[in-house]
Amino acid sequence: MSGTDDLLVNIEGVTKYYRRGAELVHVLEDIWFQVRRGEFLALMGPSGSGKSTLLNLIGGLDRPSRGSIMVDGLRIDRLNERELAAWRARHVGFVFQLYNLMPVLTAERNVELPLLLTPLTRAQRKRHVAAALAAVGLLHRKKHFPRQLSGGEQQRVGIARAIVTDPTLLLCDEPTGDLDRRSGDEILDLLQLLNREHGKTIIMVTHDPHASARATRVVYLYKGQIVTEMPK
Amino acid sequence: MKFAPLVLSNLRRKRLRTALTLLSITVAFILFGYLAAIRVGLGAGVQVAGADRLFVRHRVSIAQPLPISYLDRIKRVPGVRAAIHQSWFGGIYQEAKNFFPQMAVDPEPFLDMYPEFVLPEEQKLAWLRTRNGAIVGRSTATRFGFKVGDHIPLQATIWRREDGGVMWDFEIVGIYDGADRGTDTSQFFFWYDYLEEGRAFGKGLVGWYVVKVDNPDRAAEVAKLIDDEFVNSSDEVKAETERAFISGWVNQIGDIGLIIRAILTAVFFTILLVAGNTIAQSVRERTQELGVLKALGFTNRQVLCLVFAESCMISCLGGFLGLGIALLLISAGDPTGGALPVFYVPVRDVVYGACISVGLGLVTGFFPALRAMRLEIAESLRQA
Ligand SMILES: Nc1ncnc2c1ncn2[C@@H]1O[C@H](COP(=O)(O)OP(=O)(O)OP(=O)(O)O)[C@@H](O)[C@H]1O
Ligand SMILES: [Mg+2]
Repeated sequence: MSGTDDLLVNIEGVTKYYRRGAELVHVLEDIWFQVRRGEFLALMGPSGSGKSTLLNLIGGLDRPSRGSIMVDGLRIDRLNERELAAWRARHVGFVFQLYNLMPVLTAERNVELPLLLTPLTRAQRKRHVAAALAAVGLLHRKKHFPRQLSGGEQQRVGIARAIVTDPTLLLCDEPTGDLDRRSGDEILDLLQLLNREHGKTIIMVTHDPHASARATRVVYLYKGQIVTEMPK
Repeated sequence: MKFAPLVLSNLRRKRLRTALTLLSITVAFILFGYLAAIRVGLGAGVQVAGADRLFVRHRVSIAQPLPISYLDRIKRVPGVRAAIHQSWFGGIYQEAKNFFPQMAVDPEPFLDMYPEFVLPEEQKLAWLRTRNGAIVGRSTATRFGFKVGDHIPLQATIWRREDGGVMWDFEIVGIYDGADRGTDTSQFFFWYDYLEEGRAFGKGLVGWYVVKVDNPDRAAEVAKLIDDEFVNSSDEVKAETERAFISGWVNQIGDIGLIIRAILTAVFFTILLVAGNTIAQSVRERTQELGVLKALGFTNRQVLCLVFAESCMISCLGGFLGLGIALLLISAGDPTGGALPVFYVPVRDVVYGACISVGLGLVTGFFPALRAMRLEIAESLRQA
């Protein structure tokens, strides 16, 4: 159905456990799954099923205990700390449930943060920041601090920060989890737009069927394993 | 440099906390600068004293006079290039609190002995011509507004006059400057002959001798020879380098250097705890933010550097501010009005201060930076 060129994320036999004192806490158990380029994937499952853990592994924030994670042809589980950080900076944009903006920085400074890690000049950074803020419709609020913005606006700044480097992959952990229905819809509209118009591959963790309805595909996680349908 | 706004913004996070930390560091460095100047002031001679000069005093005490006849005998000791005598006058100018040292000397050999006292040639000639002429250092002249030509009455505390009076009249014929700013310019010098002729008792006596040696490396040997020369005479002497003499003098008030070091150590130790705690707290509060930075692609090392930059920024800001204020205050001059004729912060101590402020930043930032570096991203994001 899809050529290898289409394959963006390939997870093979990934297991993740945490050591809590003497016991091992198995969070993910032998996961196999793939994400194609251009997909908007919703990752669903009950609390504690390992959704965030899986997302973090795909984004290179954490390492699997076993198995391989290939993103865009690169075995990211084999990169060292510095290579992984550089890879994240170039290829991944994160959107968090609680926005996680720097409270002491203005919207534009927040969006600029990932660009500080690139060789771009100040003027170039400014241009990219303006473009990203314009894309989320917040250019007029660029001088505002996070506390001066509503939750929905903060999340849009968060999205601007995630897309400003034009990453290969957009990872969102419950991006609407803390928002009311209307603001949540705006965020989902925005993600859908980024997926459809700009071809961004998006993986979004969510609890909300309303949100997952926007995705092109839904994957369920249950007790650390991928299931095709949620057990009742 | 593009990270500067990020570092600065963190200092703005809790303005009051940053301000208080900054203030405590600043105060510590003002103290540092001030104490450095005080130490210089108290030990003034110690640093500038010629290494080639010896002090020869009565074995019992500096207060015991020596016969003037020793001068020629001292000059004959091998290794001695020149010798002069000095006598303490101890007069009061108007009020006892207006203290400055007054010494009776033989002008010409005296000026040769102390090239660091810089006196214009015509003033020197005027002094040689004027029996009751005196020269005074710049700092004392400024302090009392003495000008060349002024007549200064000093009330003797030791040397009563032959006519029974205690007032001595001196004419200021010269004002000398220090060859460098470490030179004490608080002293007042006048003709020994004037004292000798006028005083009611003590004739033929001098306070102490100052000797210039041919070779500073052999100063100790020469001192020994001088001591030996007067063994078993009525007044035995003790010769020592000027440096040893002055530090011995200063040490009578206690080991100033040690006391100052102890104070500063206590102060900086306290500051270390205060500033260290502030940084640690501020980093702990930001666990999640640091995790986000790493998620965005900041490496562990970059995060480490950010925290160090922050701690060094605070300590250097406070340090430089404190040193600057101290220098400003000190440039206004001796706060005691005379007790510290030499009062400035040596460049060496400014450099020390700058190093300490950087060091303070590194030390206070060390554990927080390490913590930030080791932070696991997934772990820190979890701490919502
Ligand atoms: N560092 C860790 N040490 C121990 N256990 C952990 C650690 N990280 C995650 N876990 C456990 O792994 C399990 C899955 O966590 P994860 O955050 O991936 O769940 P989730 O599906 O995202 O849940 P939620 O919907 O509540 O966000 C949980 O039981 C959690 O307690
Ligand atoms: Mg989660």
